[in-house]
Amino acid sequence: MLKKYASLRDAFHQARGAMGNPFDVTFDAILSPTTARLGDRTVLLLGTNNYLGLTFDSACIADATEALRQEGTGTTGSRIANGTYGVHAALERRVARFLGRRDAMVFTTGYQANLGILSALAGREDTLLLDADSHASIYDGARLAGAQVTRFRHNDPADLDRRLRHLRDRPGEKLIVVEGLYSMLGDTAPLREIAAVKREHGAYLLVDEAHSLGVYGDHGRGLGEVAGVESDIDFVVGTFSKSLGAIGGFCASDLPDFELLRLTARAYMFTASLPPSVAAGVSRAFDRIDQQPELRQRLKLNAERLYHGLRAAGFVLGPVPSPIVSVRLSDPALAMRYWNELLTAGLYVNLALPPATPENQSLLRMSVSAAHEPEQIDRAVEIIAAIGTSLGVRSAMPDVAAAE
Amino acid sequence: MQATEDAVQAIAEVVRSLKNPAIPQDLPIAADTTLAHDLKLDSLAVMDFVMALEQRFDTVISMDDLPDVQTVGDLARLLDAQPQPAASLS
Repeated sequence: MLKKYASLRDAFHQARGAMGNPFDVTFDAILSPTTARLGDRTVLLLGTNNYLGLTFDSACIADATEALRQEGTGTTGSRIANGTYGVHAALERRVARFLGRRDAMVFTTGYQANLGILSALAGREDTLLLDADSHASIYDGARLAGAQVTRFRHNDPADLDRRLRHLRDRPGEKLIVVEGLYSMLGDTAPLREIAAVKREHGAYLLVDEAHSLGVYGDHGRGLGEVAGVESDIDFVVGTFSKSLGAIGGFCASDLPDFELLRLTARAYMFTASLPPSVAAGVSRAFDRIDQQPELRQRLKLNAERLYHGLRAAGFVLGPVPSPIVSVRLSDPALAMRYWNELLTAGLYVNLALPPATPENQSLLRMSVSAAHEPEQIDRAVEIIAAIGTSLGVRSAMPDVAAAE
Repeated sequence: MQATEDAVQAIAEVVRSLKNPAIPQDLPIAADTTLAHDLKLDSLAVMDFVMALEQRFDTVISMDDLPDVQTVGDLARLLDAQPQPAASLS
């Protein structure tokens, strides 16, 4: 049955034979948003997507605990059967209010939000135009939709425009799908230009703010708020598992009859709803985002500190400073070894390997939190630089030093 | 339908221009060259390859058509079938 994965098995066994398995790290205790225990070591966490550090927020924990005691461990049912409680409805109103939208639907995960929304929105006659670097959940949702699908070059409004011109006479609706902040290299979408293309062609626009909600914008509404194009965005998708520190996904919209998607999005209908404790904790996390703009400011400073620290140390990074900072390496074997040595030195980052990465790059992917102390960032830079020197990675980048 | 030689040659040029280290550079590329076995393109690499072709041919290929594409010839026929003929290339 699994013979088709022979080459994957070989690669996996080879990697695992030499070192620890980077895809099977099991933390023995989570000590804080930025530290964990792994065996007898305390590890600095620099790859958690916990952008605002809200996983240990006392108010979120208090509300989640109260809901856990009052309403139990789980709903044991789907949103369209027995799985909608007051907390779910309240969370949907909270999401809609936060984003200034008429309606919002809450899903059990962010992955399911894209799966459910894309497959329900686009029918066979419609066309989906996906940014080439879109997350797997977007590709999977597009495949389930059965719509015509075309990818445009990453962050390239001109290529999007070219494709929409070609498709002008094709019947059906056109839905453009982009992300606010891209999870592998930390680059952001040129939303203003994309919105202009959308308007010109009368298409719809969906923006996945999974990594940018709570992170970007004066009010934390994401990249759409920064770009000033929220009125051009027809659907905002996002997750509760990053800046909001829990789990779950959503889609918010002003579209009339949006609620029909509750009866057509299969990833919404045929899975159990969020535990009430999670829904209650997430509602409170939105309050924290409203009440604590300083979290976003601290996150920004930490992100710049890490980005500029690594750049000064001679590493090749993504194009702009953002809470996602990735060191680009060309060789997966080197990346594996680097990753292992970082962990041995007490630093956890994400290892991202092809084909999950743009342009087949191997990445040491880091994400910064508002909860990091500046000293932790500095220590991380020191560890990364020291191992980079011992592995010959930094000295192998003469052109980078010249470009500084 | 026979794939046009023009389209096959244009695809061969795009393959070379990709500079994908997985692709054997000395391999002769013809209509019966397979994308997966001969060119060592996995499904994601095929999608990137098709994006380069779409730009070169100034056309749009639906991803739904790709599962049926096994060879360079299949791809050439698909390109030939698009509203913008390969001959419009310069």
